[in-house]
Amino acid sequence: MTTPMVKFDNVTKRYGSLTVLDSLNLEIAPNEKVAIIGPSGSGKTTVLRMLMTLERINDGVIYVDGEPMTHMEKNGALVPASERHLRRVRGNIGMVFQHFNLFPHMSALKNCMEAPIHVLGLPRVEAEERAAELLDMVGLGDKKGHYPSQLSGGQQQRVAIARALAMRPKVMLFDEVTSALDPELVGEVLQVIRRLAKEHSLTMLMVTHQMGFAKEFADRVCFFHSGKIAEQGAPEDLFNNPREERTQQFLSAVLEAG
Amino acid sequence: MFWDWNYVWEIMPTLLRASVVTIEATLLGFALAAVLGLVMAILRMSKSQWISVPTAAVIEFIRSTPLLIQIFFIFFVFPEFGLVLPAMTAGVIALGLHYGAYCSEVYRAGLENVPRGQWEASTALNLSPYITFRDIIIPQAIPPVIPALGNYLVALFKETPLLSAIAVLELMQTAKILGSESFRYVEPITLVGGFFLIMSLVASMFIRQVESSLNRSLRNPGGDK
Repeated sequence: MTTPMVKFDNVTKRYGSLTVLDSLNLEIAPNEKVAIIGPSGSGKTTVLRMLMTLERINDGVIYVDGEPMTHMEKNGALVPASERHLRRVRGNIGMVFQHFNLFPHMSALKNCMEAPIHVLGLPRVEAEERAAELLDMVGLGDKKGHYPSQLSGGQQQRVAIARALAMRPKVMLFDEVTSALDPELVGEVLQVIRRLAKEHSLTMLMVTHQMGFAKEFADRVCFFHSGKIAEQGAPEDLFNNPREERTQQFLSAVLEAG
Repeated sequence: MFWDWNYVWEIMPTLLRASVVTIEATLLGFALAAVLGLVMAILRMSKSQWISVPTAAVIEFIRSTPLLIQIFFIFFVFPEFGLVLPAMTAGVIALGLHYGAYCSEVYRAGLENVPRGQWEASTALNLSPYITFRDIIIPQAIPPVIPALGNYLVALFKETPLLSAIAVLELMQTAKILGSESFRYVEPITLVGGFFLIMSLVASMFIRQVESSLNRSLRNPGGDK
């Protein structure tokens, strides 16, 4: 079996006395597309935030591309990762946020150039070429000089996708990327993600409420419930024949809401 | 005679020369305060308590003791420890430190107002803490607090007469010397007051101008497009 691109090994996350994730075990193969669904408070966004190192974990180890990320090897034992180690491994991962989090004082192009220049050390000309190419890809070739405040939510989210891709990550995380958008703008963002999934060899993890999209996009769907994976499987199986009662309840509630 | 115009014209050149010293002390002191304030604000936000707590204590200490005492301390007490400073240097350092502590609170408000998502996006893009501060956080934190900083510039300017206590030849000290030579205090002190009034009003107007143009560009960073 190939090395998983991402591996959660007995990972636990607590906020005070509240256990958000309870010894999570999850392996994601290279190039696999995984959709994470579940009711709010089930810990699904926390999975992505831990993987992006935005949250520290309390127990367990997260591996990325076969290498421990939250820990590092020292004299044969695993010790908590240093900031330097985190920075190195984090380079494999890109993330797109629910609220875009674009840099408001920079144009779309500059948003996509900042990290390639200062983190990858790309020359300005090359970074600009790469940024322009990616903005073309997300259909915003004519909006390069625009600032976030001059763009619609859907356009901002597409810039955010281009910005994350500019770092050439191996894993892309999408955290409810369409939840903050007006309904008529959801399609253009999903279209971009669909293309990404088809044309690039990327491992993708997506937390979403768009069941239709999850079904079409994902190789595997994980249903989270109170800090655990309650059920997982191929989308056809999970959506059409859910085994667990909690999954059935959740799906019927979501589908009813439309 | 209560007011002597001839005397006014006689002392005017001396006072104008002294006003240059006042303006110098203001600008140097504020430049120091602006830099120190930012450094103190960032240190105070440090995740390490070994840095943030002492910094907070120093800021509180400086803010809670009178500027005049700080000026005296730097000028008269530091030499006891082997650090002898010229009066102007001691004065500028005292002004910079004192107002730096006030400015640090202003900067802190600005820094804390930058949404958490900006920090998270910076982490997700793997930007170093230095680049995150320089390119992402500070450019968003400072423009909104420029008006508040401007108010401290005016406040600092109006406190420069305190430097006369350590014989810096700024406006107030010069006026006192002129008065003691001629036994006429009305004209020199009135002129000094008038000078401060005019300069403060000009500075306030300038700050308001900056404020409104900032408001425009903050609301719409790209201009009209």
